Amino acid sequence: MKVAVVRFPGSNCDADALAAAQAAGAEAEFVWHRSTDLGGADVVVLPGGFCYGDYLRPGAIARFSPVMRAVAAHASAGRPVLGICNGFQVLCEAQLLPGALVRNGGLSFVCRMITLRVESEATPFTARYQQGQRLRMPVAHGDGRYVADEATLDRLEREGRVVFRYVEGNPNGAMRDIAGITNEGRNVVGLMPHPERAAEALLGSNDGAAMFALAAVAAGV
Amino acid sequence: MTRYRARVRVMPRTTILDPQGQAVSHALGELGFAGVADVRVGRAVELLLDAPTPDAARDGALAMCARLLANPVTEDYVLETVEPAP
Repeated sequence: MKVAVVRFPGSNCDADALAAAQAAGAEAEFVWHRSTDLGGADVVVLPGGFCYGDYLRPGAIARFSPVMRAVAAHASAGRPVLGICNGFQVLCEAQLLPGALVRNGGLSFVCRMITLRVESEATPFTARYQQGQRLRMPVAHGDGRYVADEATLDRLEREGRVVFRYVEGNPNGAMRDIAGITNEGRNVVGLMPHPERAAEALLGSNDGAAMFALAAVAAGV
Repeated sequence: MTRYRARVRVMPRTTILDPQGQAVSHALGELGFAGVADVRVGRAVELLLDAPTPDAARDGALAMCARLLANPVTEDYVLETVEPAP
């Protein structure tokens, strides 16, 4: 399995994501945001960071990077795309995921370990978890409050597309405690917490490691 | 072609909590300013546009708002002025 980790100017979790993918047994490489193809990757990861300095809005400028056309094509072909933190913001701005991520409710940048509950195992990135399973991993963001209109939120809930929810405290005021969602095809997942920073016990948690273990993906699952 | 200056105001939608506005409101209260019922913080964007007519400049600015300058999920925008640039 081949993983492409997209690097935007201002990505800063790219090396961690690459390492997590490699630790999970994948062949992984960086793809610069000016690239127009993904080098034949099976899986695309948009990593965390502050691409384009979060100017205008987080992800607003990055979504027009040349590579995003290839990412959109990859997504519409039903192939897996994972957006972490800033990557989630980019996916929302690109309208590959519904809703938006806005300034944290408490205004503070929040950087700490949190607890998530897996709400859906029906995505390539959560297939190795169990619904209801609790995961410990860090958040590190200033604009992580998930918002969408009520109709969109209801639809996400009804269709089982809320993938992760904050439990034991909501760090940013996200509506309905939403930490991560998926698209209609369930192949595009975005989440604010950082699984790549919780990919080995030495980091304080290895609960995120399984998100990069997509053995089934190459077989088309 | 004439050069126009377009001013766009982008505001967080009223249905969306504006924590920046709340923080500013709180700070104004701390400073002794009475009677501040609400504060919302948005963004102003000034564009210098080369276009054949004011309408073309206006259409261009509105298209830019829809595509990039405002997020349709969370923000509303107003094109406040389009005038020949000095």
